[in-house]
Amino acid sequence: MYLYDEIDQRMVDERVAQFRGQTRRFLEGKLSEEEFRALRLRNGLYIQRYAPMLRIAIPYGLLSSRQLRKFADITRRYDRGYGHFSTRQNLQLNWPKLQEVPDILAELASVQMHAIQTSGNCVRNTTTDHFAGVAADEIVDSFVWCELIRQWSTFNPEFTFLPRKFKIAVNGAVHDRAAVAVHDIGLHAVKNEQGEVGFKVLVGGGLGRTPMIGAEIRSFLPWRHLLTYLDAILRVYNRYGRRDNIHKARIKILVKERGAEKFRQEVEAEWAHLKDGPATVIEEEVKRIASRFTRPKYEKLRDIEFPYAVGFSEWKKRNVHKHKVPGYAAVTLSLKKTGVPPGDVTSDQMDAIADLAERYSFGELRVSHEQNLILADVRQADLEALWKQARALGLATPNIGLITNIIACPGGDFCALANAKSIPVAQALQERFDDLDYQHDIGEIDLNISGCMNACGHHHVGHIGILGVDKNGEEWYQIEVGGNQGNTHRSGPGAGLGKVLGPSFARAEVPDVVEKLIQTYIENRDSEAERFIEVVHRIGIEPFKTAVYGNADQRAARRREPAVA
Amino acid sequence: MATLIKERRVVANPPSPDAGEVIRLEPADDPASVADRLAGAARVEVNFPKFGDGRGFSIARLLRERYGYKGELRAVGQVARDHLYYMEQCGFDAYLLRDGEDVAEALAAFDDYSEAYQSTVAQPIPLFRRRGTP
Repeated sequence: MYLYDEIDQRMVDERVAQFRGQTRRFLEGKLSEEEFRALRLRNGLYIQRYAPMLRIAIPYGLLSSRQLRKFADITRRYDRGYGHFSTRQNLQLNWPKLQEVPDILAELASVQMHAIQTSGNCVRNTTTDHFAGVAADEIVDSFVWCELIRQWSTFNPEFTFLPRKFKIAVNGAVHDRAAVAVHDIGLHAVKNEQGEVGFKVLVGGGLGRTPMIGAEIRSFLPWRHLLTYLDAILRVYNRYGRRDNIHKARIKILVKERGAEKFRQEVEAEWAHLKDGPATVIEEEVKRIASRFTRPKYEKLRDIEFPYAVGFSEWKKRNVHKHKVPGYAAVTLSLKKTGVPPGDVTSDQMDAIADLAERYSFGELRVSHEQNLILADVRQADLEALWKQARALGLATPNIGLITNIIACPGGDFCALANAKSIPVAQALQERFDDLDYQHDIGEIDLNISGCMNACGHHHVGHIGILGVDKNGEEWYQIEVGGNQGNTHRSGPGAGLGKVLGPSFARAEVPDVVEKLIQTYIENRDSEAERFIEVVHRIGIEPFKTAVYGNADQRAARRREPAVA
Repeated sequence: MATLIKERRVVANPPSPDAGEVIRLEPADDPASVADRLAGAARVEVNFPKFGDGRGFSIARLLRERYGYKGELRAVGQVARDHLYYMEQCGFDAYLLRDGEDVAEALAAFDDYSEAYQSTVAQPIPLFRRRGTP
């Protein structure tokens, strides 16, 4: 954990006081609905379908057991005994009361937490690889750079009223587990020939209504220039990003309309004025931030070979991950048990997970963008004991990377924006594929569900993506195939966006359609080693279309028939 | 009558403009276009036509930091209590509050935060260069 100093703490406390005042002025009628909206969103507070929703920041997904216990306490006292971990590594409360939100923020501040800039048209929580600091393929510890960016973005006076929200992702390892290509700015750490650290800079990626892969505008930005370069990008965006149409206001539209090369030139021209200025990062600050992170005190251990054991071995294969230190492992606690909304955790589970983190992982944990929790520093000798305890808590489903590890937004059950529900679709699919042998046979696949085109469930980068759409007031589901969030575990196709298969389906049809896609994959794969996404890249989506809608002639014939009401 | 705040004080009876030009910039205007007129200006006004339109913050920084403007820099338009802290950090020193703003609340806004992380016009040396080594 990055430990706040007095100044960091004071700023969070001052934010609580500021928001208390804003809430009071709103309740007294001194702030209009619309103006309070712009302010409350900056504190993560939405007014939702049934109640307000509060989004709590978990900076770059890193959390201490003490903070998780505070979540347990808050969700019990101010909510209905559970919370939802989101794809942006944050925690959402579904039932807080508006007038109590300042008190919740004060509770959070007592454990160095907040809801600052978790929504609104400003720079949001910076996200990163959930294996940062422990991955064997690490180039830099991305947490340090994320914290530097957190401080730069917090209450940044120039960039607090941007055209639209702004998301930055940092990846510090060889493999990209942070999906940097689908963020407004993606920073991928690299080392040059001299061994100096810098960043490859991608701009204009994103999901939502107009999904796009980010354009590389710099192959190597030396780390000293990180903040001045961010200033230059944000200034160009703040001045020239469209403000006339909310659907065209993201930076990706500016990059697209100008062209990546022209945009790059504008950023470079702006940066020429800022480069080497006072915001240039200094080595002392990088060291200071690094020194304020708590670090596990690893013992000298050796890797352990485990003989096959029913249950444990399956869990170990899917949910235990390689660690850079011998004798240790990273463990995913699955929040994707069949029958539970993806990412949801009860207050009691939070307390129990905090216990596990203290017992087995130095009191820290991470939230992954796949909506699971990670214990990053577990002694291999403790794995079996941890597995038993996690299993008793319903957190040991051995499905990481498999089809039931579904990413899903809260959808129409909670969200006012949604066109359709997500959770029942996820549950129906989890039930359909509940058989573990079948899941393992299908192998690694990402299945993502969003309840509307805002794409909080990252459907565009699911190998199978499901999107809720509205047709004359009814819920329908469009299915995409072939999206990919990046090279997460091993080499293979890079980040890419899925293609829409064809006309959408009723909710009840979705499991059958997905099963047809899976069967098509199994029939066409070379061997079990060839993953779903690799088969899609090799044979294209036509065979998948045929499996679902019939061949091209049959589809054409159907189009000629009059539509059935 | 809208309240004018200058250098964190209410200006009860705004004096008639001194000699010199009043330059007014809209959000889409480029401050470079008025750079050569800044030296003789009585003041520069930057308009905020909407509560959420933040282009004026960048304009202010450019006027101060790139074009060296030292005179009165006044935010006008939909200027609310909730903008003032950020505006001051970006180089404004005068604010024509929109109608209906509570003046006492507005004056308190400058103290919302006691410190900023960033390099700003008000404090060009970012916090990380002032914290010292751990």
